Amino acid sequence: MKPAAFEYHAPTTIDETVALLAEHAPNDGRILAGGQSLVPTMAFRLARPTHLIDINNVADLDKLVIEDGALCIGATVRHAQFHTPACDGVLGRLLTDVVSNIAHYPIRQRGTFCGSVAHSDPASEWCMVTAILDATMVAQSASGERLIPAAEFFETVMTTTLNEDELLREVRIPVLSDDTVYGFQEFNRRAGDFAISMTLVTYRLEGGKIVDPHVGVGGAEDRPRRIAEAEAALAGQAPGDDAFRAAADAAAAALDPMEDHATNAQYRRDLTATLVRRALENAAS
Amino acid sequence: MSDKKDITLSINGRDHKVSVDPRWTLADVIRDHCGQTGTHLGCEHGICGACTILVDDTPVRSCLMFGVQADGKKIRTVEGLANGNEYHPLQKAFMENHALQCGYCTPGFLMLATGILEAQPDISDDDLNDVLSSNLCRCTGYANIIKAVRAARDEMKAAS
Repeated sequence: MKPAAFEYHAPTTIDETVALLAEHAPNDGRILAGGQSLVPTMAFRLARPTHLIDINNVADLDKLVIEDGALCIGATVRHAQFHTPACDGVLGRLLTDVVSNIAHYPIRQRGTFCGSVAHSDPASEWCMVTAILDATMVAQSASGERLIPAAEFFETVMTTTLNEDELLREVRIPVLSDDTVYGFQEFNRRAGDFAISMTLVTYRLEGGKIVDPHVGVGGAEDRPRRIAEAEAALAGQAPGDDAFRAAADAAAAALDPMEDHATNAQYRRDLTATLVRRALENAAS
Repeated sequence: MSDKKDITLSINGRDHKVSVDPRWTLADVIRDHCGQTGTHLGCEHGICGACTILVDDTPVRSCLMFGVQADGKKIRTVEGLANGNEYHPLQKAFMENHALQCGYCTPGFLMLATGILEAQPDISDDDLNDVLSSNLCRCTGYANIIKAVRAARDEMKAAS
């Protein structure tokens, strides 16, 4: 239960960080941010990185500001920084509602938003939020910057399209308009546990009809994603029981759920349908 | 093997100069190399909360930080809670409310509660329940721990 030996690097600039990453990534060198997932994995010796590049002392990675219509979240911004709204308006409130579901209070003091996204646990709330709100990932390597849409970022369990020499420097979430409504629902067996399923929905109303619906599911499949079938069931409909049940059923039918010893696919589908319906009811209320 | 790094840990106001292997967790450095064994290790993978300490006044799990990362930071552990012979209000409340039995999880609960009551002296009962759900206790039971922290909150507020 003790991590294996590694070389420790503590760069203070982004340039230095990506240079170290370029040098050591081919030998399983890794970024260390909050460490709340990486260090337990190392304690189990499931991960044995030979080099850790600690970014906690890197200047300019702690930004949390609105720029060009998006909330920009730097690589060392902690979960706890969302305990109160990080920005005005609907997006700030949404992130604050979601954050209390992430692990526990002391974990949220160290763990980082970008670390969680780069780790790509299917049960990660932030991964789901970025996928459903069409965030953009900013990947930085020694050779430059690359923008990756969330829809092209999550590949499968703990696997993303980030290259091994790239630092997830920043995540940009588009600001939500003031008339956007949202609902979030998560189910797990104990507070702070990994989600068995969770959902985030957003939409706006124009002339009493739903427009721009986003319906997404996390925790149930190998990665979080928007469910086009559920969104189609909502678009142009009046909010209410009929539309919400149709969307919930469409989401459940579209899923390819993960299974484990306690949870079969049908259970996850039924659960997800209930969560989507409740999230839509929350959004409407 | 990796090279050792020389660091200074400020634990409860006293500097400890230690040479650490980067793979050593902060909990192990505090216990094995600074002699402060009040901090307990339970699961060693961030689940149980027994090793909770304050780093720069924020509760964190010392098994999920490496000692080398705490160089120059202000660390507070259970040994620093009492003021001389005067127990901290949380320590008194734990005794008065039978909030410990075997005592293994107690240092973690005390430091978690210290951190949250300093940050949010007016925290509601519900929010306190949520924060205290971070740590595991396997013998005393949670009811008396919650009762004790609520009592300490009320006493600390009245005294401030």
